Amino acid sequence: MPETKSEAKIAIKGLYKIFGPDPAASLALAKGGMGRGEMLDNHGHVLALAGIDLEIAAGAIHVVMGLSGSGKSTLVRHINRLIEPTAGGIEIDGADILSFDGAALTDLRRRRVAMVFQRFALFPHRNVAENIAYGLAIQGLSKASRAETAARWIKRIGLDGFAGLYPGQLSGGMQQRVGLARALATEPEILLMDEPFSALDPLIRGDMRDMLLELQVELNKTIVFITHDLDEALAVGSRITILRQGAIEQTGAPQDIVLNPANDHVAAFTRDINRGRLLRVSAIMTTGANGEGPDIAADTVLEDAAHALAATASDQGRVVDGAGAGIGSIRLDRILDVIAHPAVAAN
Amino acid sequence: MPEWLVEFPKMDRDALRSLSKAIDEGYRGFSRAYGQGIEDFFDPLLFALVWFEKLLLGAPWLLILVILGTIAWIAVRSLKLTAGVLIAFLAIGYFGMWDDTMRTLAIICVCTLIAIAIGIPVGIAMAGSDRTQALVTPVLDVMQTLPIFVYLIPVVMLLGLGKVPGVIAVVIYAIPPVIRLTNLGLRLVDKDVLEAADAFGASSRQRLLGVQLPLALPNIMAGVNQTIMMALSMVVIASMIGVKGLGQPVLRAVTNQYFALGLFAGGAVVALAIVFDRTSQGYGKRLQKFREL
Repeated sequence: MPETKSEAKIAIKGLYKIFGPDPAASLALAKGGMGRGEMLDNHGHVLALAGIDLEIAAGAIHVVMGLSGSGKSTLVRHINRLIEPTAGGIEIDGADILSFDGAALTDLRRRRVAMVFQRFALFPHRNVAENIAYGLAIQGLSKASRAETAARWIKRIGLDGFAGLYPGQLSGGMQQRVGLARALATEPEILLMDEPFSALDPLIRGDMRDMLLELQVELNKTIVFITHDLDEALAVGSRITILRQGAIEQTGAPQDIVLNPANDHVAAFTRDINRGRLLRVSAIMTTGANGEGPDIAADTVLEDAAHALAATASDQGRVVDGAGAGIGSIRLDRILDVIAHPAVAAN
Repeated sequence: MPEWLVEFPKMDRDALRSLSKAIDEGYRGFSRAYGQGIEDFFDPLLFALVWFEKLLLGAPWLLILVILGTIAWIAVRSLKLTAGVLIAFLAIGYFGMWDDTMRTLAIICVCTLIAIAIGIPVGIAMAGSDRTQALVTPVLDVMQTLPIFVYLIPVVMLLGLGKVPGVIAVVIYAIPPVIRLTNLGLRLVDKDVLEAADAFGASSRQRLLGVQLPLALPNIMAGVNQTIMMALSMVVIASMIGVKGLGQPVLRAVTNQYFALGLFAGGAVVALAIVFDRTSQGYGKRLQKFREL
């Protein structure tokens, strides 16, 4: 297959979505910069998404986060066209999916893009095995091959012996595992996850997150992951986009978001997160080959680095790269300062 | 006080009379012109009805009992219900109502099948479009509130006395619940689940047959149940236009003041109703076993 022009698996360009009786007429106003509040009060239209430009790389987890009403669920539903945009473009592998007719769109949904839902949305009248095999049944696969795939996934998600149970008999965590297996059973390239773990208990949420990351190591899907929880975003995302009132505030790697918030809103978001467990030494070290003290790998998180320094009663360490060469130095008081005071980190 | 305030401004008598006359004559003309064609159209229905009635009347009563018991067992899987069905029919036969009950059974079965065959698709169409719903709802309202005799008149004028006009009258009266509840059931299906079906690329057919109808089934079954009950109550009234069955002894009892006969026939209608009700409800519940877990 020839290389596509863009590196991105999914490219969203100038996307606008306006809900209301006459979205087309309001589009010009939105493009002219009218805000959400004014649009609603004076024109009776809801400006859900206002000019989204976003590239999502293949084989990685891209988190879209924002508070409720920020447009994140609306955004993700454009990628499989459950919602049609008012204006703008969406490309997958360089192909404009807005130009897809019925058959091509059906094929996209059946084979290439799958979805996991916040409230699971399992089929209550189908048992676990039948739920997992739903996408395959829609594709028209034989009963035997459906059963085989379902059995494989049931094992994979640790629900052995539950194949014949109905969703109503399962706990929330189990239901969402079925939801995840249902989405992955069709072997899609892209997985859309709309707040998949928000309805679960915190403990179960952690388990599910681990399970997702474990599966991702093996499967390498392009995952668009929606959440309102920054800890979750930082834990799963290799890139994070922060959405507010239908517009993108910032897109970047987790460390970028925390160290260099684009504005006060993003900074407010990141204020309460645990920096010690997120930031790595490389992000705050002083560069130079002349570090002293115990060796600390550059990708160590601050918490572990602080522990290592404290254990050897050192006040500073020598930062080394993968090959063991010194690339900088890190002071314990600097680490503590960054963990304790968000504003310090940026300097 | 001026006269126009006291007297309601109505059409004058001659105009009213000539309007009624015009409507009557117009309909009579329509009936003369198309009556035969419409009768021919319903011939297969009459044929099926007569065939089914003969089958039920001709078969040995023991065989009928076995078949009814088997149906009840397959539908509900309950010994208690099956025994109840058998006892009900034995009592009906013992009180001399067997033949009339078989006739009623035949016409109820045919009417219910017709009502389902028409009602469910109409309900689906209503659920799929708000405009269709807005159009059909007032028609259903009229069908349910118009006094039965008012639409018995034109049906009899068109088709004469007999089974077919009876079936038409019964279906008109009994079909609204199945239509309304199919519509309601489909509209109540969880939006999240439908979105999931869409997200997996289900065609509208796969969505309807695989997700919407199965999840709407409790409501649809409640509609079918109500339709059967209404058909049963209508079948008694339809005896006035020549439908044979349990309605006739009731009619005879009313006109001749035979209290006991009325009681027996009425009891048979009640027994039939209970049997139909419990069996269809039990079947509906068994189809939904995932809900009880």
